[in-house]
Amino acid sequence: MEKIKLTIDKRTVEVEKGTTVYQAAKQIGVNIPVLCYMNLGHLGIENRPGGCRVCVVEVEGRKNLAPSCSTLCTEGMVVKTNSPRVLNARKTVLELILSDHPKDCLVCAKSGNCELQELAIKLGIREIPGEKYSEMSTYRPDTSPSIIRDLDKCVMCRRCETMCNKVQTVGALNAINRGFMAVVAPAFERNLENSPCTFCGQCVAVCPTGALTEVNHTNQLIRALADPTKTVVVQTAPAVRAALGEEFGMEPGTLVTGKMAAALRTLGFDYVFDTDFAADLTIMEEGTELLNRIGKFLEGDKDVKLPILTSCCPAWVNFFECNYPDMLDVPSTARSPQQMFGSVAKAYLADKLGVKREDMVVVSIMPCLAKKYECQRDEFKIDGNPDVDFSISTRELAALIKGANISFTSLPDEDFDNPLGESTGAAVIFGATGGVIEAAVRTAYEVFTKKKLDRVDFTELRGLEGIRSASIDFNGTTINIGIAHGLGNARKLLDGIRAGMYNFHAIEIMACPGGCIGGGGQPYHHGNSEIIKARHQAIYREDAEKPIRKSHENPYIVKLYEEFLGSPMSEKAHHLLHTHYFDKSKQKQD
Amino acid sequence: MCALKEALSPVNIKTIKDICQSYNNNAGNLINILHRVQEEFGYLPIEVQEAVARELSISVAKIYGVVSFYTFFTMKPKGKYPISVCLGTACYVRGSEPILEELKKTLAINVGETTPDGFFSLDSLRCVGACGLAPVVIVGEKVYGRVEVHDIGKILSEYK
Repeated sequence: MEKIKLTIDKRTVEVEKGTTVYQAAKQIGVNIPVLCYMNLGHLGIENRPGGCRVCVVEVEGRKNLAPSCSTLCTEGMVVKTNSPRVLNARKTVLELILSDHPKDCLVCAKSGNCELQELAIKLGIREIPGEKYSEMSTYRPDTSPSIIRDLDKCVMCRRCETMCNKVQTVGALNAINRGFMAVVAPAFERNLENSPCTFCGQCVAVCPTGALTEVNHTNQLIRALADPTKTVVVQTAPAVRAALGEEFGMEPGTLVTGKMAAALRTLGFDYVFDTDFAADLTIMEEGTELLNRIGKFLEGDKDVKLPILTSCCPAWVNFFECNYPDMLDVPSTARSPQQMFGSVAKAYLADKLGVKREDMVVVSIMPCLAKKYECQRDEFKIDGNPDVDFSISTRELAALIKGANISFTSLPDEDFDNPLGESTGAAVIFGATGGVIEAAVRTAYEVFTKKKLDRVDFTELRGLEGIRSASIDFNGTTINIGIAHGLGNARKLLDGIRAGMYNFHAIEIMACPGGCIGGGGQPYHHGNSEIIKARHQAIYREDAEKPIRKSHENPYIVKLYEEFLGSPMSEKAHHLLHTHYFDKSKQKQD
Repeated sequence: MCALKEALSPVNIKTIKDICQSYNNNAGNLINILHRVQEEFGYLPIEVQEAVARELSISVAKIYGVVSFYTFFTMKPKGKYPISVCLGTACYVRGSEPILEELKKTLAINVGETTPDGFFSLDSLRCVGACGLAPVVIVGEKVYGRVEVHDIGKILSEYK
């Protein structure tokens, strides 16, 4: 690689050709402030429209200031990142952005986590010249079941557009209009709900301001907790325990399973259960379905649909309902763990506790925003009463704990309640890409071969590569497995299947890059891939430490089948734990 | 130019397919394709944009992004004789604003609208490069120079 020498703030830097001034400065510890720029190194995606001009620097011999995020270094370049001219311009740029931005920071959902607010503090903005006379652009607010768009707060960084189009290939959002009226929106300014949006929430995860936020259900939750006639049951998804600690200043990758259970109990939940239990149940159903299909295939059944696709991820379900309506019979019919939990809680547990269905409130803590939509789907309701009443994100839980003045870091470790709190290592790894299929393999192998599995760790299924594949030997029968995370990768895999390119038996797909650990409801990682890696390792650490690591060995799962469900794929299981999919390729119009 | 109903007819769809194909279904030619399609249909309603998106395998949000950015593209049907009044500097200082006002009054429509009989639509534009003829009004393909307010009735009557 060709090297280039340049001077930044009187220091000589040597960089590879093709490096931007912003990156070169970073190499010597000079962090030039940015707003629209975003580097998702782990996805190989950079958002640098050069639109905000916050990162301008002075380049000797150049008349105007240069945006450092999109200016390449050249040999002998002399750069000043903090000259009075630069600092003055940067401040003016920010003042101009703020002149068309609401000033309701105190009550904004993003307050404290807002990159624009941080910049205003860093650059010492104390007034906005001409504010009295400045015009504000206003847009119609849009609330979907998962995501709120408040575009008065949009700064046109276009990060959401990059996530939606380049990473997820969903194509719901694009910059529209021009000049003062320019904004990021779905086609024809429709509501998100009437666009191809999957509610994956990756746009919310990268939005620097309060323009894109999640629908907040904490007030509803507090009302339910305060209502003595309600039995409030909570379930927590596997990925939450690997990230929640970050909100309390703990190192990324710190597991807070016990503290989380203690905090939930302190908050007043009547029963603190674990979605992991339902993940084990998912493996029983999905694994059995997989083996049924493979069995039929081996017997020469030509109509059997292979590969089977996992169906735990609600954004992925939305994605194939919208984009692959010709393949609705391919994914597993198994409901997601969230919905299996809700269904079992309101049928089995409510009965056991002697609580009426309508007096039980099931809450889920999820790393995900699509779960908010999923629990509102009509097929998961009985007479209008949903199996899961509401789903709150990891971030919302953190806010709830902080609001209740609970000293999270000093909480003692507590266990989940039973019977819906016991889980295996197989369930924990649902939180990372490749985990669901590894969990399924652990059970399917033993059921199929009737032999005990010596090696539980299928490391060939792990990793953070976008598309992966592996072949597993089921005692002489080779099972080919595909894995994709990020909807863009899922699309590549699906198009390949449609074209008959692959001979996979089973495929796991997760909508968010990294799997649920990188979900749209997780603490903001601001594009730092080290955080994703740390959460990933934490998930596998929790698995390794579990005494039971195969779903079918979970004693409470065994008991649930004995007492209530009969066997996997039984009629009762079908009724309570499986679902069907809809063609959503025709978008509704506003 | 052809009239469009709610849903696209197979003929309409074929027209769009052919135009896209003539550009090898290459999304890089989106602007040229949209120009050709608008020439064909007179405007770019939702159904047409959706059809182009399908042909080019890009999101309809992206197409709407382009359509809403360039003022040349329109999602509303234009009149049989689209009228444009130049509001560029030269025309403006020579009195194009009163001309526009007169047109609005006579046709009883605003800028961006079409008369109920579908005959005229009214738009403003910035400089057609005929500043020597300022103020300039364009009706269809025909350019009228040095227009005065009292000329409007005569110009319109040419098309009735």
